[in-house]
Amino acid sequence: MLTVLMRRVVALLLTLLAVSVLVFAVMDVLPGDPAAVMLGTSASPDTLAALRHELGLDQPLLLRYFVWLASAARGDFGTSYVYGVPVSELLAERLAVTLPLAAIAVVLSVAIALPLGALSAARRSSAFDHAVGVLSQLFIAVPGFWVALLLILLFSVRLRVMPSGGFPGWESGLGAALKSLVLPAVALALPQAGVLTRVTRSAVLEVLNEDYVRTARAKGLPQRVALWRHAVPNAMVPVVTVLGLQFTFLVAGAILVENLFNLPGLGRLAYQALMQRDVVVLQDVVLFFAGLVVIVNFLVDLSYLFLDPRLRETAS
Amino acid sequence: MISAFQMARRRLSNGLLFTFLASAALAVPAVPALAGQSDRSLVLGMAIEPIGLDPTIAAPVAIGQVTWQNVFEGLVTVDRDGNIKPQLAKSWTISSDGLTYTFRLQRNVTFHDGETFDSAVAKASLERARGADSVNPQKRFFSSIATIETPDAETLVLKLREPAGSLLYWLAWPSSVIVGTKTAESDRTTPVGTGPFRFVRWAKGDKVELAANTDYWNKDVSIGLDKVTFRFISDPQAQAAALRSGDVDAFPEFGAPELVGSFENDPNLTTVIGDTELKVVAGMNNARKPFNDKRVRQALMMALDRKTLVDGAWSGFGTPIGSHYTPNDPGFIDLTGIYPYDPEKARALLAEAGYPDGFSFVMRAPQMSYATRSAEIMQAMLAEIGVTMTIEPTEFPAKWVQEVFKNADYDMTIVAHAEPMDVDIYGRDSYYFNYRNPVLNGLIAKAEQTTDPVARDAIYGDVQTVLAEDVPALYLFVMPKLGIWNKGIEGLWRNEPIPSNVLTDVHWKE
Repeated sequence: MLTVLMRRVVALLLTLLAVSVLVFAVMDVLPGDPAAVMLGTSASPDTLAALRHELGLDQPLLLRYFVWLASAARGDFGTSYVYGVPVSELLAERLAVTLPLAAIAVVLSVAIALPLGALSAARRSSAFDHAVGVLSQLFIAVPGFWVALLLILLFSVRLRVMPSGGFPGWESGLGAALKSLVLPAVALALPQAGVLTRVTRSAVLEVLNEDYVRTARAKGLPQRVALWRHAVPNAMVPVVTVLGLQFTFLVAGAILVENLFNLPGLGRLAYQALMQRDVVVLQDVVLFFAGLVVIVNFLVDLSYLFLDPRLRETAS
Repeated sequence: MISAFQMARRRLSNGLLFTFLASAALAVPAVPALAGQSDRSLVLGMAIEPIGLDPTIAAPVAIGQVTWQNVFEGLVTVDRDGNIKPQLAKSWTISSDGLTYTFRLQRNVTFHDGETFDSAVAKASLERARGADSVNPQKRFFSSIATIETPDAETLVLKLREPAGSLLYWLAWPSSVIVGTKTAESDRTTPVGTGPFRFVRWAKGDKVELAANTDYWNKDVSIGLDKVTFRFISDPQAQAAALRSGDVDAFPEFGAPELVGSFENDPNLTTVIGDTELKVVAGMNNARKPFNDKRVRQALMMALDRKTLVDGAWSGFGTPIGSHYTPNDPGFIDLTGIYPYDPEKARALLAEAGYPDGFSFVMRAPQMSYATRSAEIMQAMLAEIGVTMTIEPTEFPAKWVQEVFKNADYDMTIVAHAEPMDVDIYGRDSYYFNYRNPVLNGLIAKAEQTTDPVARDAIYGDVQTVLAEDVPALYLFVMPKLGIWNKGIEGLWRNEPIPSNVLTDVHWKE
């Protein structure tokens, strides 16, 4: 078990290193630099040179990369070229928005998908099953930005019960902060919920059709018990797998949703950093996302051990 | 196995559900706006977030739109009609040879951190802007200054190398504001100035908060707001939603002209259309064939119906222009009549220049909607005279600044020039137009040597005429200022003689 963990950690570090090299290289190939962006259309060559020197952009690329790497190894993730503040500060500010947003969206999508999928499987071919089928199809088909706009239109413009975007900050109270995350989380959760509902339904159906369940049912085991005690727990492995796979989409979706709702989250920061060629910021954000994806996949693998006793045997 | 019939039924039901959901959302009656908004606070929307808050070290206009006149002030300022007015300098005299400017400074002015403003501070601020390692985006403004003297705490003397007729006007700019000696280096994240509002907080990616400066030096001003929040909302649909829901009180520069009409029936909002300083110009590489031939440039100008272009690209908002000058600028003359829309003449002129069958070129269009739409309309209009335009999207700012602006590697491009009174770009040695015209350079130099406003306006009239006749760039239109705000707000500016959101006189109606 420990060697498995060690191997994972080494793989994670190597992945991050490869990603960091890639980001630096790509950003170097892209035309434009943060100094030019800051000075815009009035820049004279000598001012540009002065600013590039001040930001250290006139040093060779390899040197800049190794300076960044050496600092990162010490836990210092560098200073934003454009904002002139430590990137760790920016990241901390943005994580306080993106992590709760993603968490609410995941909880919401599971809370919608599990009961819908399980009941749909239990009442196979009923009107309810068909309705859930249409609904999940709709969740998957409807583009996220359209849902987002619809939500804003209904709850902010018409009813005026929800903010149309922006984030008041946690210091304005838990209620106000959560309120501003509800609509974006819904917009983020619906497509996830659609996929999860379908996966849950087919996984539960498969278990319900297993011989042992059929036998137990024939011997008088109630449908309810068969569903919630046997079928749903045993259907968790595919559901969790898909949840892990969906995580990357969640991150991508967050970028879109944060832009529409003007949430100061990581997704928006990444987009702005790319537009402004703020290499250091983009580097750190991408690494953070990459690390997160690798860790989530690892957690998914771990969870199998808890969900499926048979895997525990082989692992030990 | 799903039959085709079931598939079709599913699609139909999805479509019906879509429609039903959308109409349900729209059918809900609107809740009336909350009356009794806090009458001392204002939420103001902007499309672009500034990259910092110090207008003396970076160019983006969004910086000045938050801080100029609100947090920072200059020796002089510009009022809503574009006139130069005293500010931290209460008066000045200019020697008859135009080489000595003597400013009498205000007393009892303090910065938000308590530092006292005097001639030494003013001098330090200007030295920082014009020094060798200055990164001031308008460093050239100060190039005529030879020395700065401070005979006493209330007197500042600028000694010039040569006359600089625009100096006073330049000193009014956001990039010329006076910064404190202790706080200059931290202004980019925590700006400290002498203005009517103090900086409170910048939640990057979301908003900047300001609060009234209770110790403001200028007692002629009664500050009408206690708290101001600038919120940054890039998506036009989200901007509209924020205005309609009352989350944002004012959008002085609303982003989507096609949505302006949709506010007409809103009982809470008013629409105020003015002019900005943004000149939408299709720059040409005058060093490249065929754009090095004046006749070709004139033909292209005559092939464009500017009125139709404004209708198509910007919903009819915006003023067609004939040169690099806006109606806000002193001495403006309308020169759209010099090369009016005339495709017949355009074709004849092209033939005369040796292109009877037209020619092909690449338009490098930034992704902003005004640029892409204008490019598409121009493409159709130029096709009428046999000229083929290929549109190549070019990411703005980073890629565009590098390849078009810096390397001048392009045939034609479209961009809105934001700096007011910037005709001098046509006289610069290395500017992306690659345009050389000794006559124009002479006129610009003459304007700089003249301090008399009437004489200057006359010279600028000649400058406009030269540009309109020589067409170094295709002049399209002035970007309108689409102001949409709550009917209860008074004091916001209709026009923008300098890109800004001046809040000094803004208040809620009683």
